[in-house]
Amino acid sequence: MATLHTVNKSPFQNQTLISCLGHAKAGDSVLMIEDGVYGAMSGNAMSEVVAGMGASVKLYVLGADVAARGIDAGRVAEGIISVDYEGFVDLAANNDRTQNWL
Amino acid sequence: MSEDVKKFLYVNRKAPYGTIYAQESLEVVLIGAAFDQDVSMAFLDDGVFQLTKGQDTKATGLKNFSPTFRALGDYEVTKLYVEQESLDERGLTLDDLQDIQYEDEDDDYEEKPSIIVVSRAQMADVMADQDVVLSF
Repeated sequence: MATLHTVNKSPFQNQTLISCLGHAKAGDSVLMIEDGVYGAMSGNAMSEVVAGMGASVKLYVLGADVAARGIDAGRVAEGIISVDYEGFVDLAANNDRTQNWL
Repeated sequence: MSEDVKKFLYVNRKAPYGTIYAQESLEVVLIGAAFDQDVSMAFLDDGVFQLTKGQDTKATGLKNFSPTFRALGDYEVTKLYVEQESLDERGLTLDDLQDIQYEDEDDDYEEKPSIIVVSRAQMADVMADQDVVLSF
């Protein structure tokens, strides 16, 4: 029984990603979408926090939203898997529920 | 409960008047209550501010929807999970929140508190125990 969590806010704007990672259970999946993709970047003030809090979950980022924002795919932090829209659907289908963090 | 009853959790993470989320959440909960599902509400992060007592919106021209929380029991919405850490971070205690009760029809209509204060870990368990999670 696992949950897909989606986060669509930048971690520099508010605590949504932190709250999500604080409530996600081991084995859950967290997908960063829209402005949430800024939480998937390496080399910024949130990178270590995300890596630390996200250690027990599977971290994903929506590649289309990364590209839309001019973030080079190489800037996505190690261990975070980039998925396309089909991958998004697979994640939703392969989990018991989806919880959106707004 | 029959097998087609699903567990619905309405997650509230926003303060009450700065955006429309909190009021919309209540509207959806009341509409959803007509479908005889197993409904719970969660209040965490700034969502705990929705439950403070003494809200007075007169001077703002906004509708004060906070009394609606005390009517939820009549719609069989009797589980309001409030996260302790979110209260602590904001300098709030249970005393700062409305006294929200419901009449337990299985216990001679005794009045019981609807608010259930839980830790962050317990809140995660509540979330993981749902069929449907709706976020506001």
